[in-house]
Amino acid sequence: MRKENLLGYLLIAPAVALITFICVIPLSQTILYSLRYYNLTDQANERFIGLENYFKLFSDSKFYDNLANTMIFAAVSVVLQLLVGLTAALLMNAASRGAVLVRAVVLVPYAIPGVIVAQMFSFMFHGDFGVLNALLRQSGILSSAFPFLAKPGWAMACIIITNVWKQFPFVALLLLSGLQTIPAELYESAEVDGAGALKRFAYITLPGIRQMVLVVLLFRTMADIRIFDLVYSMTGGGPANTTSTLLYQAYIFLFKDMNFGLGSAWSTIIFFIILTISLIYLSLFQKEE
Amino acid sequence: MANKYRRRLARIVLGVFGTLFCTALAFPFYWQFVTALRNPQDLFKMPPELFPSRLSLTYLRLVFAEHNFGAYLLNSVIVSSISMLLSLIAGMPAAYAISRVHFKGRSFWSKFILSANMFPIIAVATPLFITFRSLGLINTYAGLVIPSMVLTLPVTIWTLRAFLIKLPIELEHAALVDGCNRFSAFVRIILPLIAPGVFATAIIAFIGAWNELMFSLIFITKKALRTVPMAIAMMPGEYSLPWGEISAASIVSTLPVIIVVLICQKQIIAGLTAGAVKG
Repeated sequence: MRKENLLGYLLIAPAVALITFICVIPLSQTILYSLRYYNLTDQANERFIGLENYFKLFSDSKFYDNLANTMIFAAVSVVLQLLVGLTAALLMNAASRGAVLVRAVVLVPYAIPGVIVAQMFSFMFHGDFGVLNALLRQSGILSSAFPFLAKPGWAMACIIITNVWKQFPFVALLLLSGLQTIPAELYESAEVDGAGALKRFAYITLPGIRQMVLVVLLFRTMADIRIFDLVYSMTGGGPANTTSTLLYQAYIFLFKDMNFGLGSAWSTIIFFIILTISLIYLSLFQKEE
Repeated sequence: MANKYRRRLARIVLGVFGTLFCTALAFPFYWQFVTALRNPQDLFKMPPELFPSRLSLTYLRLVFAEHNFGAYLLNSVIVSSISMLLSLIAGMPAAYAISRVHFKGRSFWSKFILSANMFPIIAVATPLFITFRSLGLINTYAGLVIPSMVLTLPVTIWTLRAFLIKLPIELEHAALVDGCNRFSAFVRIILPLIAPGVFATAIIAFIGAWNELMFSLIFITKKALRTVPMAIAMMPGEYSLPWGEISAASIVSTLPVIIVVLICQKQIIAGLTAGAVKG
């Protein structure tokens, strides 16, 4: 038994050490920085200031705007990803001949970097040269150029659509694996009993993938709260900060303003939001075991 | 009889709906592809031709000849491959440990590793920036490889673990009875059996590193050292209306990955779903 312990520790040591050096130690440093006045452009005045960065953060309306943007982005994204992902999963599960095609369509967005996806969609949403504008004008819905990414509200909608396209594959694949665990006999006997397609969906399919939906919800929420690349390359937080999210703003504080103290306070808050969700997630697994 | 017709009708509806759904989802990629191959004179034609009447390699040539894209591609390939390799080297023993070795605290350390996957990079970026600056790692490959590798490590470990626990433990026991020690049992019996899984894990890790943007933005200031995502993110600010170039650069850098993913789709799907769900 002792030997087994030693072997275990020896084998996980490199991975644990790396994660400690790159994640755990820097995180504690970030928390320490968040308690200091620490500005690279004003290094002479660096000092410990307690919770002042946090007071400043919580009394700034910018924080609440960014928090609201982030939550709206994450909530709408996750719901839409679930809808598109479930549709794709049902199609993959049902269509025997078309399944290959659906699978290809699902896997392509996964393999494309977020930045590239952002540029693809920026071009499609472009006011003067975008295909969306062209189609809407041709069909008479729009009479003049409409720059989607420069209009408050619309810009957020564009980023959400882009994010849904990039991220639904993960949802689709997870839900598909959930669908495949539902025994076919259940459907067959329900059909014999005269249950229609809708009834079968509501009473067999949905309960069968309930657990998986929960997993997907939490996993995607955590990931979408961390949104950065799409905001960075599609809008830069604009117009008028309507697409600025917590993480993007933290990045601006840290690496544009070089305000390490305040930026670290924002980062610490983001970390704790995600930690809370991940604790829910892990306790969910515990219950399953 | 009526039932039979209803069934056929249902199949047709499903087929039509499925086709529409797939077309809508495939369109952005198709558009990118077409934009990359457009003749420069047609690029800003309004309305754009949905099916271009003529194609040209102008933009593909341009990104390599004028925008130095070959160098960025090479940077990304180097950084992502080394990250992937190191991540497998550190991840393989850990994956074996958390799926096959009964050591004290195994559940805690499994969760510790998994939780690193959920880390917001921004929360570690500043200290890493300061440390890397004092170590002279800014504007080096190592400065990108180290964080990217650690970032992909949790997924690597959990994906490998999922493939490992699917193997019957009796195989290993039999090898031990036959006089193998644990290491040789792993190398001779287990590794060949999970080779497809290792390959899928490698691709998933590679894509993870390949997509990474924030570390490059923070740790790289020299233009020549830019990675593909960074170079593409910078293009709109540096050229006016660079859509032809951006599309060409995107196609060049994503098509090989997409082809590999489509060829190995079975394994990759298994790996992707396993990473999130405890098997």
